[in-house]
Amino acid sequence: MKLSRKEKEALVDPLFNNNPIALQVLGICSALAVTTNMATALVMSMAVVFVTAGSSTVVSFLRNNIPPNIRIIVQLSVIASFVILTDQILKAYLFDISKQLSVFVGLIITNCIVMGRAEAYAMQNGPWLSFLDGVGNALGYTLILVAVGFFRELFGAGSLFGFVILRPVTAGGWYEPNGLMLLAPSAFFLIGVIIWVLRVWKPEQVENS
Amino acid sequence: MEHYLSLLIKSIFIENMALAFFLGMCSFLACSKKVENAFGLGLAVTFVLTITVPINYLVYNYLMAPGAMAWIHPSLANVDISFLYFLSFIGVIAAIVQIVEMILDKYVPKLYAALGIFLPLIAVNCAILGASLFMVERSYNLGESLVYGFGSGVGWAIAITALAGIRERMRYSHVPDGLRGLGIAFVLTGLMAIGFMAFSGIQL
Repeated sequence: MKLSRKEKEALVDPLFNNNPIALQVLGICSALAVTTNMATALVMSMAVVFVTAGSSTVVSFLRNNIPPNIRIIVQLSVIASFVILTDQILKAYLFDISKQLSVFVGLIITNCIVMGRAEAYAMQNGPWLSFLDGVGNALGYTLILVAVGFFRELFGAGSLFGFVILRPVTAGGWYEPNGLMLLAPSAFFLIGVIIWVLRVWKPEQVENS
Repeated sequence: MEHYLSLLIKSIFIENMALAFFLGMCSFLACSKKVENAFGLGLAVTFVLTITVPINYLVYNYLMAPGAMAWIHPSLANVDISFLYFLSFIGVIAAIVQIVEMILDKYVPKLYAALGIFLPLIAVNCAILGASLFMVERSYNLGESLVYGFGSGVGWAIAITALAGIRERMRYSHVPDGLRGLGIAFVLTGLMAIGFMAFSGIQL
């Protein structure tokens, strides 16, 4: 399958050039709380990919029939339906991880990425483009989540996906786990540093004070 | 009484919505450039949280939970529609934000003008929905959910006002190019979260 330039742009642009977390300041809440290990970060990202792609497509199909003054509530209902679906699937097949994610699956409803893409893109564009845009933005989110999860699990627990990489002292190895990495503030520092690196690489994203 | 007081302290400081659970982060970072705006938004969030958490408690426990509808008619005792609670919570929140907006506009126009654009934005603030979901997960009762809603609102308001204060001062410091704006706000929030972690050992 070959994608046209516009389609490719909708899919690839949100990864680095217009990243939802690093540039648009969207969907940060969950990015921080679920990244203590790779497994939850990845499952959460998959859930967001599914919800964003699905809701963008559906909203785009409905876009000519939604009355403008109640569009927010219509979008919210579409999103909430997809989230309920995701939540039920996770509870059925990945119960442990769904317990760890606790309220954060439900909070995808208010994840600004989903709402933002529905409002800013799907309301103006066709279903196929909206689908690609939804997938692209959710992948931009995945990228940051997985990067943060990687560093937090590797340095905080010495493992990746639960497999031991750096054998910790408590298990007879040499690595002294950095407890701060498992705590809330480290996620902020890591995202701050990721933003810094991204902006050194792409200087046009630097903010003027 | 003592129990409610400790729940209040716990929800304001120890389990701070913004700094311990990262809820409402989007508006926390986007609207914290000026102290006045931050304070206004904090006020609005507290207001809406105090109302929505108890109402969602009633909705959940008298309509959604397994067997909750038995009070309407005994034949409904086996109905379980708890899987719909995301949808109904967000509906309740959106409706209440709308109602609060109209009431304020009619009777307290001064506060309405002060809150301005922030009031409608609150409907998609994760702190609001998050508090309701925590209320279900921890099975609070009506009194507790009222106190919890108010406390988490106050905690969020304190956090965003403090961050806005720091960011106003940051304007006079020399921050490296790539870190300016959003990047340094993240690092600041991280440092504040470490500060708030000092409360976490307290047993109430």
